[in-house]
Amino acid sequence: MAWHHRIANVFRSRKISRDLDDELAFHIAERTDELVAKGMSERDARREAARLFGSYTLQKEETGDMDIARALEAFVGDLKYGVRQLRLNPGFATVAVLSLALGIGANSGIFQLINALRLKGLPVARPAELVAIEKGPDFFQSGWFEARNPAYTYAQIERITEQQKAFIGVSAFGTAGFNLSKGGEAVYAEALFVTPNFLDVLGVKPVLGGWLTPETDPRDCSGAGALLDYNFWQRQYGGDLSVVGREISLNGRSFPILGVTPASFAGVETGRRFEVAVPVCADGIFSGNGQGRLTNKTAWWLTPIARLKPEWTVDRADAHMREISPVIFRETQPESYRADGIEKYLNNKLTAVPAGAGVSSLRERYEGPLLILLVSTGLVLLIACANLANLLLARASVREREMALRQAVGASSRRVVAQLMSESLLLAGIGAAFGAWLAYLLGRGLVLFLRGGGEQLEVPLGLDWRVVGFTAALALATCLLFGLAPALRATRTAPADAMWGGRGSASSAERNGLRRALVVAQIWLSLVLLVGALLFGQSLRNLMSTDTGIVTEGVLAAGVNSGLLDLGMERQREVYRRLEERFNALPGVVSAATVSNTPFGGNSWNESAHADDDAAATGGKNVWLNRVGPGYFRTMGTPLLAGRDFGAQDSPKAPKTAIVNQEMAEEFFGGADPVGRTFRTEAYAGSEDPVYQIVGLVTDTKYGSLREEQRAIAFLPWQEEAEMKNMNFVIRSQGGMGDVMTGVKGALAEIDPALLVEFDVLDVQVQRTVLRERLMATLSGGFGFLAALLSALGLYGVMSYMVARRRNEIGVRMALGAQPSDVRRLVFGEAGRLVLVGLAIGLASSFALTRYAESLLYGLQPNDLKTLALGCGLLAATAFVATSLPVRRATKLDPATVLRDE
Amino acid sequence: MKKSKNDILQGTLTLLVLRTLEAHGACHGYGLCGHIQAASTDLLRVEEGSLYPALHRMEQDGWLRSSWALSEKGRRAKFYELTKRGLAQLEAEKKSWDRLTTGVALVLRPVE
Repeated sequence: MAWHHRIANVFRSRKISRDLDDELAFHIAERTDELVAKGMSERDARREAARLFGSYTLQKEETGDMDIARALEAFVGDLKYGVRQLRLNPGFATVAVLSLALGIGANSGIFQLINALRLKGLPVARPAELVAIEKGPDFFQSGWFEARNPAYTYAQIERITEQQKAFIGVSAFGTAGFNLSKGGEAVYAEALFVTPNFLDVLGVKPVLGGWLTPETDPRDCSGAGALLDYNFWQRQYGGDLSVVGREISLNGRSFPILGVTPASFAGVETGRRFEVAVPVCADGIFSGNGQGRLTNKTAWWLTPIARLKPEWTVDRADAHMREISPVIFRETQPESYRADGIEKYLNNKLTAVPAGAGVSSLRERYEGPLLILLVSTGLVLLIACANLANLLLARASVREREMALRQAVGASSRRVVAQLMSESLLLAGIGAAFGAWLAYLLGRGLVLFLRGGGEQLEVPLGLDWRVVGFTAALALATCLLFGLAPALRATRTAPADAMWGGRGSASSAERNGLRRALVVAQIWLSLVLLVGALLFGQSLRNLMSTDTGIVTEGVLAAGVNSGLLDLGMERQREVYRRLEERFNALPGVVSAATVSNTPFGGNSWNESAHADDDAAATGGKNVWLNRVGPGYFRTMGTPLLAGRDFGAQDSPKAPKTAIVNQEMAEEFFGGADPVGRTFRTEAYAGSEDPVYQIVGLVTDTKYGSLREEQRAIAFLPWQEEAEMKNMNFVIRSQGGMGDVMTGVKGALAEIDPALLVEFDVLDVQVQRTVLRERLMATLSGGFGFLAALLSALGLYGVMSYMVARRRNEIGVRMALGAQPSDVRRLVFGEAGRLVLVGLAIGLASSFALTRYAESLLYGLQPNDLKTLALGCGLLAATAFVATSLPVRRATKLDPATVLRDE
Repeated sequence: MKKSKNDILQGTLTLLVLRTLEAHGACHGYGLCGHIQAASTDLLRVEEGSLYPALHRMEQDGWLRSSWALSEKGRRAKFYELTKRGLAQLEAEKKSWDRLTTGVALVLRPVE
């Protein structure tokens, strides 16, 4: 009975019961008449008539098999029967549960991450009211950037706060790392600069102590203090309740601890957890001039997050932000911008977007890859379902008689389908349960993978209703996918046919057609996955074999910070020079040099520049700059092609000099020898453009990542830089890096124990820039392998079944003189047809689909023919191996035995 | 499913009901009992306990449709009649029955 009938019957039960009563009463009345006519007394006749019916009430129940309670009872019975069936077939059950668990687990695992990055609301009051302010198209900005998220200058935040009417409050935060240690190896805490109203706008209350009132003037630092994250408080202070009022040292400055935030609150950046927060005014305390970035109109460092007024929507707020943009930018013009820059700056627009799930740079980087992975896992699950459907169809032919018998003794086809479906549901349920466990492991594994690769990642992966709902929906969908067709098929066979003898029955040809179609679909989907995996794998290989122009192996990067010492400019330079000497003298060290931006370290610096005396020109070409010391190119293994390296003569007083790379020589001087020529960079409005004389030419090197197009780079001598609290050293050594690190720490302690150091291995830094590609290559490779394996299993199953079914035919052929090669041709031919059709559809789909992954590829086109051919070849080979076994079985058939069996 | 003793082989009841409705047109449950018994010269007796569940099931499967009307004696009764699908089902079941009986007869024929 259809489920809607059953549900409707619950409400109609009284009418049904009355109809039934009437119908049976009629029968009894007629029978009584008949008996009376035969001479029985009225009373006896009535009793006899009722007796013939068996128990009258029992009868009613049996006919009225129509309410939910009975349906449930039947369902429980079916489940029990299903459990028994699975116990009888442990092999089948294991394969089914395993493939479902893998499929569902992979899907849920990826979904968990998407959920955490994208869907989950921040654990704050009414997250749907939160709005982030983003930059419109062609946003012009220039200056000093220090933020992971879309950031603004303090002046802009002030104007936004003042001009807007859409929000209850606008708060802002900037990201930073504060050193907690007082010397030696630096220990950094994930830190935030926040406006006084930050907690208030978010609706978060400290669990311990307090925080500034939202009305506090953000520039007033008299009440400044630190706000601790709950986890940090637990870890660093053991959850000590008397922590409020104690001092904490951040970058060598002391702050009183004001409060602790609740455990559920990690900040507003998805995937990150802050540890310490200080008011924005504290930036002045850390800076040399006491003002910091608060007064700097070209320092972009604060990310706003605002809460809508009750009657406002995001769309309305968006229109409002665009409307007030001109005022905001007019009132915050930086004096240092040139005229053309100002013009673009005034055209900037602000937009408002929902921020209920927090703001995140991770999301942008990983959203695309995760969606592609989710689609891949979906395909793997489909392939697994096809396998199960195949297995169930094979089993259905074995159970044909059982089903026929059930129908013959009066089970309706619906009851048979229901019973088979509850078996499928049982499988899907067990699969989903194991899958949930696998998803947990996969989710954690992914987080560890990303973290191990240097990505800061704190995501709450716990189960919420979305993950549970997703997994349950998957289980149900898979159950329908793999269970329904075989179940419907099972009821088609006419009982008498099945009793007659299963083999050769009319329906099996059709059923085999379905099984073949399933195998074709598996090959098709596998090819798509395999091509994807190969594309990502090759992209990674291309990236890894990219010529960086640097010999990265064996180079240690040591970042030295003298921020805790108030050294003058002269003293600072002297300290760095002495350190460089000491590092060069360390045992095992081949060469050491200074550099302001370590390659692949994440920092960059670019300017607009002009070749030679092109003084009148505006809007120059982009050039990337870096400051390096003598010996840098030797240390990095970058050949000097012409001219000289920097030396002692490139002092602050000498004329400005530069060493450029081939790309710059090409872009600025048309490939001519640049040594001896000059270029100038655009200075701020009102000051004179600096002119640099080129003294050397080096081979091209990568600046920040393996993926980047070759950039024009000019290296300047580091001695010219005014004040440098941070100085990076690159140290090439032979032998253990551990020894070098110990040596470096020793040298630092000797010169001044308050010097801080941070180590990084250049090779690891390079790897970090391809983390996303590595993730894609590894996971899609895994899924592609799984898909191919499942398809091979499917093909094997169908071919084995085909050989078993055509045993007689093959036997007869062999008896009539067919050679094993003929038999081989027969079976391989059949498999080959399926594989070819699958590959053809797969190729077409790959052509259509791979372009969605284009932005993630490197060094090859999405429709790379070699990759497509390789994918086809791999699948064909797998299919060949999967078919070989059934082929062997077919050629080993003994005609005599086969014919005797018949 | 509850067990019930039955003189008629399970599974053939459907065939008998379909055939009787084909031969006699619309009929109520009690009438069906009588017709089957009469047609089989009292060899077959339909038990009420299995007739009505079978009728209701066949109705749900779309082989029969029912309506309330007055019987020959003026009592309100539920009349069943064959649908198109019922007719098709009857043809199918007849065929498989024929094959079954032919087969059984062949097996049972005396050894020569």
